[in-house]
Amino acid sequence: MPVQVQAEVLSLTRVGAYHAMTLIAPGIAEQARPGHFVALQVGGPASSMLLRRAFAIHEVAARGRYGGTVQFVFSVHGGGTQWLAERRPSDRVDVIGPLGTPFRLPRERVVATLVGGGYGAAPLLPLADALRERGCRVDVVLGAGSSDRLFGALEAKRMSTSLAVTTDDGSAGVKGTVSDVLPQVLERTGSQVVYACGPMGMLRAVAELAESRDIPSQVAVEESMACGIGVCMTCVLPVVGSDGVTRMVRSCVEGPVFLGDRVRWADVGTVPADALGAPQAPAPAAPDEPAPANVGGN
Amino acid sequence: MAAVDLSTELGGVAFPNPVFTASGCAAAGQELDRFFDVTQLGAVVTKSIMLEPRSGRATPRMAETPSGMLNSIGLQGPGIDVFLDKDLAWLRDRGARAVVSIAGGSVDAYAELARRLRGRPGLTMVEVNISCPNVEDRGQVFACDPYAASEVVAAVRRETAPEIPVFAKLSPDVTDITEIARACVDAGATGLSVINTLLGMVIDTTTLRPVLGGITGGLSGPAIRPVAVRCVWQVHAALPDVPILGMGGIRTGLDALEFVLAGASAVSVGTTVFGDPGAPLRILGELEQALAARGFARLADAVGVAHGRPAQEYVPQDADPVGDEPGSPA
Repeated sequence: MPVQVQAEVLSLTRVGAYHAMTLIAPGIAEQARPGHFVALQVGGPASSMLLRRAFAIHEVAARGRYGGTVQFVFSVHGGGTQWLAERRPSDRVDVIGPLGTPFRLPRERVVATLVGGGYGAAPLLPLADALRERGCRVDVVLGAGSSDRLFGALEAKRMSTSLAVTTDDGSAGVKGTVSDVLPQVLERTGSQVVYACGPMGMLRAVAELAESRDIPSQVAVEESMACGIGVCMTCVLPVVGSDGVTRMVRSCVEGPVFLGDRVRWADVGTVPADALGAPQAPAPAAPDEPAPANVGGN
Repeated sequence: MAAVDLSTELGGVAFPNPVFTASGCAAAGQELDRFFDVTQLGAVVTKSIMLEPRSGRATPRMAETPSGMLNSIGLQGPGIDVFLDKDLAWLRDRGARAVVSIAGGSVDAYAELARRLRGRPGLTMVEVNISCPNVEDRGQVFACDPYAASEVVAAVRRETAPEIPVFAKLSPDVTDITEIARACVDAGATGLSVINTLLGMVIDTTTLRPVLGGITGGLSGPAIRPVAVRCVWQVHAALPDVPILGMGGIRTGLDALEFVLAGASAVSVGTTVFGDPGAPLRILGELEQALAARGFARLADAVGVAHGRPAQEYVPQDADPVGDEPGSPA
């Protein structure tokens, strides 16, 4: 059950190109599981930015000196994240969480490979912890554009059996992308499950590599959201259900974690013609005639 | 502070208070019920439902704009059958008053939706979303044409039980909103929902292309509030006896009060919910306080007061905030 909390900022630190914010958010920390996310108001009470910003939960401490704390990692993209980056300890932010469907954990001891792109590594590190507590072997692959955009490499090294790193520019690890090294990792470790979080292109590559080897994968997607709580219907993507029917499902409620082989990767950003309720073949439009305008399309 | 009688009446149906959700901004209430008790609201206005399941439009479906947002959801929904079995049944079991918004591509589709809703337990009112793309009228929307609007409203009124109010939801994207309002009322609308979103567009200056998958979208949020208040004002001035459900960028109780003073008997809180799920109940409390502070014993006494009708005892006080300060970056 998500809660809305006026959380106190405990700390805000730079981590390479990113920021890590820790909030005193009792009620959220206790419930959070790896893969859950939080959604924050930005800009203060009279903000012109109305929509929440969603971030995967990185670390939580359910108990301790400050009560429950929640940490997340972000990168400054625009006015909202800039405002967050300007917060200072003891400032208050309005946060809702935990939100979404978290990673599902295996019942048995399995060999798991975790693949993170950029700060997509954030939710994978607590997942690695949870998997190791269950006696799973954990191998990690982290990729980023450059070394300052790698997140969590030290922690990952500590908590994994092996760590592979790639960067687009070769400033750390192997020059290339995670999909360049993932096949060897999967073969070498005999991985039985793959977990991934990062940009959509990376998730697609990882899910397809896993599927081609009959390895189940779970991926946490990044879709832009307006509400994060399931009411606005903006964050949808085409996903095949257990009944074989493709639906446009919400990444904030049904996701952000999906089974990698259920996402219609090639069709993300579109509505596939065979999706439930997809528009039927449109009548041929006259040239130069715009499509029907969407007035009040919600 | 004296308690205010917040009850309101829309077309013969009594509601305990005037704060509703807005169609498309609350799904069918279940998600928001995790944040506050939705039965405490005047009503839950459900997302517009169509006859068949509908996938909606391609993503991106959303773009944040100054004090607002564009959406191009495209009426994604499960279709009337699933809606009746799951969503309306849930609202009824929960004890919430349900205002069901319907949308169709043809007059017949609206009529069929109204037939399917007839006699359904839990249905309190019907809101006819006539501001969606009209396949029968070549890219026009019903709400932009008085004849098309009246055809839809007449069909829905005919198929709806007489005791259930039928409200037509108007688009502000017209030359004279009172002309459409009059056409809807002449066709049998009990009242009017004012307003739907404004058609807007954002272009990504990096990709040099429209941001939204649907290219254009509906603009909502506080950015449109003055437009909405103006529309409520105009409709109330033209049709003072027709009840109005006002909406468009309501974020605070004082915003809601503006709509009431302009002539709305109830208000819907929409886009604000995306950033603040608990907003509807907060706004209800703020509205009650604002009415009490101005000496109103009953909400009904404040409806339309800005038009200068009955003189009020209230003397404006400088200390009382009435809106954003000039020059504030709201």
